[in-house]
Amino acid sequence: MRTLKLLIRNAFRHKLRSGLTILGITIAILAFGMLRTMVNAWYAGVEASSANRLVIRNSISIVFPLPIAYKDKIRQVSGVNLVSWGNWFGGVYIEEKNFFPNFAVEPKSYLALYPEYVIPDLQRTTFLNDRKGAVAGRKIAEKFGWQVGDTVTLKGTIFPGNWEFAIRGIYKGRDRSVDETQLFFHWDYLNETMKKTASRRADQVGFYMIGITNPNLAGEVSTTIDATFKNSLAETLTETEKAFQMSFVSMTEAILIAIQLVSIVIIVIIMAVVANTMAMTARERIGEYAIFKTLGFGGWFIAGLIFGESLVISLTGTAIGIGLTFPVAEAFHDYLGTYFPIFFVERHTVYLDIAAGVLVGLVAGLFPTWRAVNIRIADGLRRIG
Amino acid sequence: MTDPVTACDGQGPPVDLENQPVIVEVRNVNKAYLRGNHVIPVLQEINFDIRAGEFLALMGPSGSGKSTLLNLIAGIDKVDSGTIVIGGVDITALDETELAHWRATNVGFIFQFYNLIPVLTAFENVELPLQLTGLSRSERREHVEMALRVVNLSHRMDHYPSQLSGGEQQRVAIARAVVTDPTILVADEPTGDLDRVSAKEIMSLMCRLSRESGKTIIMVTHDPKAAEAAQVIRHLDKGSLNDAHP
Amino acid sequence: MKVPVSYSFRNLWTRRLTTILTAGGMALVVFVFAAILMLAEGLQKTLVDTGSWDNVVLIRKGSQSEVQSGIERLQASIIETQPEVAAGADGRRMLAKEVVVLISLPKRGTDKPSNVIIRGVSEESMAMRPQVKLVEGRMPRPSSSEIIAGESVSRRFTGAGIGETLRFGMRDWTVVGIFDAGSTGFSSEIWGDADQLMQAFRRPVYSSVIFKLRDASGFDAFKTRVESDPRLTVEAKRETRFYADQSEVMAKFLRILGMSLTIIFSLGAVIGAMITMYAAVANRTAEIGTLRALGFQRRSILGAFLMEALLLGFIGGAVGLFFASFLQLLTISTLNFQTFSELAFSFTLTVEIVWQALLFSLVMGFVGGVLPALQASRMKIVDALRTS
Repeated sequence: MRTLKLLIRNAFRHKLRSGLTILGITIAILAFGMLRTMVNAWYAGVEASSANRLVIRNSISIVFPLPIAYKDKIRQVSGVNLVSWGNWFGGVYIEEKNFFPNFAVEPKSYLALYPEYVIPDLQRTTFLNDRKGAVAGRKIAEKFGWQVGDTVTLKGTIFPGNWEFAIRGIYKGRDRSVDETQLFFHWDYLNETMKKTASRRADQVGFYMIGITNPNLAGEVSTTIDATFKNSLAETLTETEKAFQMSFVSMTEAILIAIQLVSIVIIVIIMAVVANTMAMTARERIGEYAIFKTLGFGGWFIAGLIFGESLVISLTGTAIGIGLTFPVAEAFHDYLGTYFPIFFVERHTVYLDIAAGVLVGLVAGLFPTWRAVNIRIADGLRRIG
Repeated sequence: MTDPVTACDGQGPPVDLENQPVIVEVRNVNKAYLRGNHVIPVLQEINFDIRAGEFLALMGPSGSGKSTLLNLIAGIDKVDSGTIVIGGVDITALDETELAHWRATNVGFIFQFYNLIPVLTAFENVELPLQLTGLSRSERREHVEMALRVVNLSHRMDHYPSQLSGGEQQRVAIARAVVTDPTILVADEPTGDLDRVSAKEIMSLMCRLSRESGKTIIMVTHDPKAAEAAQVIRHLDKGSLNDAHP
Repeated sequence: MKVPVSYSFRNLWTRRLTTILTAGGMALVVFVFAAILMLAEGLQKTLVDTGSWDNVVLIRKGSQSEVQSGIERLQASIIETQPEVAAGADGRRMLAKEVVVLISLPKRGTDKPSNVIIRGVSEESMAMRPQVKLVEGRMPRPSSSEIIAGESVSRRFTGAGIGETLRFGMRDWTVVGIFDAGSTGFSSEIWGDADQLMQAFRRPVYSSVIFKLRDASGFDAFKTRVESDPRLTVEAKRETRFYADQSEVMAKFLRILGMSLTIIFSLGAVIGAMITMYAAVANRTAEIGTLRALGFQRRSILGAFLMEALLLGFIGGAVGLFFASFLQLLTISTLNFQTFSELAFSFTLTVEIVWQALLFSLVMGFVGGVLPALQASRMKIVDALRTS
C-alpha cells in the first residue's frame, strides 16, 4: 500500500502550517516532560529511601530534639542492627542563596546505613579519624570548587557561630537517584561545642536513623520503640524513611497538584492547536475525500487518512520534543539544582510523552473524520473549484 | 490529426446498439432538494435505458438536473423514489458500504476539474482505484501502464498533477476511470475546463474508448461540439426528459 | 476606506470550530497567566498584611526564622528597656516576648499530619497586631492551658475547633477562642500563654521579641545600636521585611515556575493563532482580491485581518479571565521551605491583573495575526482573483 506515503505527503502539504503545528507540539511535549520530571524530582527523596531504614524523631515535631541517652534503649530493641543519629545543621555557606542540606551525624554508623554514598576507603578512614572532618557530595563540591583537604566555613542558623570543617572526603552516588548535594560532619564536634557554649542544648539529637534486619519488621520495631518512650519528656515517633520523606512531600501537595494539573492543561492546549490544524486541513480536502469515496474507498479509509496525517504530525513533534527534553533537563538542573538535587528524565516520562502524543493525534482527528465520513459525496464534489 | 469533421472520424464504426443488451434501466426516478423551507424538484419521472456500448450525451441548460441524474446513475447520490438497475443490480437498494464496493468495480469517473489527488503522481493516481482490488503489485503496475498507454501519457507517469497541463490531467483522470475496466464510464463536463485543442483531444479519446473498446459512456455536457461524438443525445429540461434521437 | 469590524466578526463566526479551538487554547493560556499573577498577588498580600511597618522583630543573629531562633530572658529584658519602644494607652510598653514552636498535627479528614506554628504570646501581642481579631469564644485566661486558634487552623486540623482539645507537650490544651487574621500568616497559627508553653515544651528561652516603634523612622538607628551591643546577639528587622524574607524562596520558586509556564504556554497559543490566521488568509484569497479590486487599500486589508486576530485574542482572554476569577474561592496551603511551617494564601484578583491578562491576550492575538495579515495585504490583486 502506498497509504503511508500518502499520509506523509499530505502531512507536509502545507509546510508552514505543519511546521508551526509540529513546533507547537514540540514545545508542549518538552514542557510536559519537564513538568513530569519535576514531579519525579519532588519524590526523589521518597524514591531513594530504603525499606531497611527507620527514622525516629520527637513526636511533637521535627524541630524538637531527643536525648542522646535514648540510643542504648533503641539498640536493645530486637530487629535493630544499626543505630545512628544526627542533627539538621542548617549551615549557610557564605550567603543564604547557596543553600544545600548539611547534617551533623554519628559518622561511622551513618555511612554504614547509607551504602549508596560511595567514598574511597582512604578518604573514609581520614574522615572518621578527624573530629572536624566532613564529607561532601560530588555535585556540591564541584559547585563550590571544594577539594579534599580544603577548609570550609559554614555559618550556623540553628547553632550560632562560624563552624570550620576540613573536607576529608567526597562521596559519589551509587546511582543517579542519590542526592550528591549534601554535607556530613561529626556530631561529636557539634555536641562538644554546644557543651561549652550552650549546655542546655548539648546531648540532644534531631533524629535517630536506624537500620533493621528485615523490612517486614518495620511496623513491629516502630511500635516497640514508640511504646518504650511513651509518657516520657520526649515521646518519639518512629516511621520508615519512606513515610518520613513522604510527609514532606504531602505538605507541599498543593504545589505538586498544581504542577500536575498544569501538565495536563498543556496537553489540552496543544490538542486544541492540532485539532484546529486538522479541522482546517480536512475542510480544505473535503473535495478530495469525496473523490476517494467516489472511487469506492470506504469511510474507514478516509478516517485512516485523517487520523494517519494527524498522527504523523503529532508524533513528529513528540519525537523532537522528547529529543530536546534531555538536554533541556540537563540545563535546568545546572540552573536550579538548589531546588532539585535530583533531576533526570525517567524512562516512564518518555512513555507518557509518547502516550500524550498519540492521544493528541487521535483526538485531533476525531471531529474532522466524523465530518468527512458523513459528508454526502455530491456535496463534497460540489465544493471543488 | 488532420482536421476531422467530428471527433470520431477515423475511429471505426459505432456499435450496433439494436443487438446489445440493456445495461442501465432508469425507472420512474424522482429527486428533489430542500432549500430552506422550499422543496425544489430536480428530476421528475425519468425513464430510459442505456444499452451496452452506448455513448450517451445528456444535454440541457444549467439547472436542468443533468448532473444530478448522472450522480444518481453513478451511485454517489440517492434517489427519492424510483429504481436504477445497472448490470442486473438495483443500486437504489444498496446501502453506503455496498454502494462503495459497487462503485469501485462498476463505475469509472471523469470530472470537469479532473480531481486528481495533488500529492500523488500520475501513476499513483491511476493506481488508486486498483488498491481496492485484490491485484498484486506487479499486476497493478501492468494495468496502470496499459491505461496510461491508452491515454498516451506513459512518458509522464512520474509527474505530479501540478506539473501537467489541463488536457494531460484530464487524460490521467480518464486513465484512472478505465483502469478497473468498469461497467460504465460517467463523465461530467469533461471538456468544460479545457481549451478547444485539448477538448478535441479528450473527445477523440472518449470516442476511441467507445468504438474500439466498446465502453458504455454516459456524459453530461452543454457543449454541442462535444455531444457530436455521442451516438445518443438526450435532452433534459426542467427535470424531464425531452427525447430526441439523432 | 475601512473594512467594517462586522466583516472580521462574521468570518470568525463562519469558521466556528476553528475559532472555538483557537480561542479555547488562548483562554487556557490566559487562565494560567492570570492564575499565576493571582497566586503571586495572594502570596504578596499575605506577606504584606502579616507584618506592620512600625513593628520590629528581633531574633537571634544568624537564625532565619523564629523557630530556629532563641533569645535568653536576660537579653529580652535589655531590649524591653530600649527608648524606641512605644508606650500604649495605659502606659504599658508595646512589646511582646514570644515563643514560637512547630508542632505536627493531623489534618481533618486525613491522617496526614502537617506542621503548625504555636505562638506563645504576651498580653500585648494582640494589640500590636490589629489584623488579628477574636471572632468566637474568649481569650485564654493567663497561666492556664487554654489556647486560641486561627480560623484556617481550626477549620483544617483535628481537635482545633472551639471547645475541642489538642494534646502536645504532655498536656491537654482547650481551644477557647477562634481568631480571624484575614489573609495574614497568623491565621495558620495557634496562640497560647508564652510562659505555659515554655514550661510545657521545656524551652527556657524566647524565640523573638516584637515591639512597636515610638517613631517609625527611628528604626535604622535602633538597628545599628542594638546589633552592635555586646550584651545582645540579635538582629532586628521591620516586621514587614521579616515576613517577606521568610517566604523569599517560595516566592522565587513560584515566580520562576510561573514565568516559564507562561512563556511556554503563550508560544503554544501564538502558534495556534498563527495557524488559524494563515488558513483564514489562504481560504479567502479570492475574497481579498475582490476587496482590493473594489478599492480597499492594502492597509484596510491588513487592518481587517489584524482585527480578526485581536478579536480572537480578546474572546480567549475574556473566557480565560472568567474562569480564572473562580480561583478566588481557593486557598493554597503549602509547606514553606524556609520555616517548615504551613503557609496558606489564596488567589487574589485585582483590576490590574484583569488589565494585564486582557493586554496579554491581545498581544498574543496580535503576534499570531501580524504575519498572516501582512501576507494578505501584500497579495497582488490579479493573482488573488485568479485562484478562485
